[in-house]
Amino acid sequence: MKRFLPLIIFLALAGIFYWRIVLIDRGDMPSDIPSVMIGKPAPVFDLPNLDKGRKPFTAADLKGRVTLLGFFASWCVDCGIEHPYLSLLKGHGAALVGVDYEDKSAAARAWLEKHGNPYDAVVTDARGRTGIDFGLYGVPETYIIDRQGIIRYKQTGPMTPDVIRKTILPLVARLEK
Amino acid sequence: MKRFFFMLALALCLAPAAARAVLPDEMLADHALEKRAEALDAQLRCPVCQGESIADSNADLAHDLRLLVRQRLLKGDTDAQAVQYIVARYGNFVLMDPPLDRDTALLWAGPAIILLAAALAGWNFLRSNPAPAPELSAEEKDFLSRPDDERAKGP
Repeated sequence: MKRFLPLIIFLALAGIFYWRIVLIDRGDMPSDIPSVMIGKPAPVFDLPNLDKGRKPFTAADLKGRVTLLGFFASWCVDCGIEHPYLSLLKGHGAALVGVDYEDKSAAARAWLEKHGNPYDAVVTDARGRTGIDFGLYGVPETYIIDRQGIIRYKQTGPMTPDVIRKTILPLVARLEK
Repeated sequence: MKRFFFMLALALCLAPAAARAVLPDEMLADHALEKRAEALDAQLRCPVCQGESIADSNADLAHDLRLLVRQRLLKGDTDAQAVQYIVARYGNFVLMDPPLDRDTALLWAGPAIILLAAALAGWNFLRSNPAPAPELSAEEKDFLSRPDDERAKGP
């Protein structure tokens, strides 16, 4: 027994490290700050539409439909990494709403023109106050909000196809039921 | 050259540890209120840089949070209310000195647990008697009993 002790300790450590890698693969980064907003109702907000002809988006609009609320900005490099994968989120019943964070509307329009606009609606949080109310600490960040308007999940940093397939879409499917 | 580096090192040592990041246009006209705000800034961690308070950080979010602290104070919040407003959104993580609760219990108790484990292991080690040395054979005893100059010749 005693001579196997180092081997047992090694296997236990290897197991812990491997589990951590699996968690990172699922989008759970050790540097992420756990959000206190999960399980709480989304904060009250009323954000103007980037398209001036369309109506603003408010917290009341969250009711009745699962919403993916994605904070992005034209100045944000990681948002460009995530952007091509946003189309994977379409066609699963959830509304995809973009929030242009601390950005100039003209720059955001040009950015969406260039990279494509997968969002059902794009609204602006020019001063970043709604971001703070959500506990946002950077872009991109995506919140999954259920039909009752409760925040159920927060993705910090860009969503990869892996995260979308393994974490986001299964959760959306569960919330849709 | 050596002298130059020495002077440079000395100058760096004498520089303030961290220049405060608060910008002139953020400051409140009311000095008493600004003093309170700056004291609160030092207690709040910047969520982006994670190691700095919002008083020290140049991050955009730190700037926004400094403005928010000042707004809350202008609205008549007490210091505790202003801090609580931000904690409600960012959690205890934003406190530079987080309270002792379920999440931080292990952090606070950790050093004591490790010290206790080390003390137990040490006690265990000291108490366990090493195996007694085997008895010397008659030949060895005889060798040791010989005078030094005779022993030098070998057994």
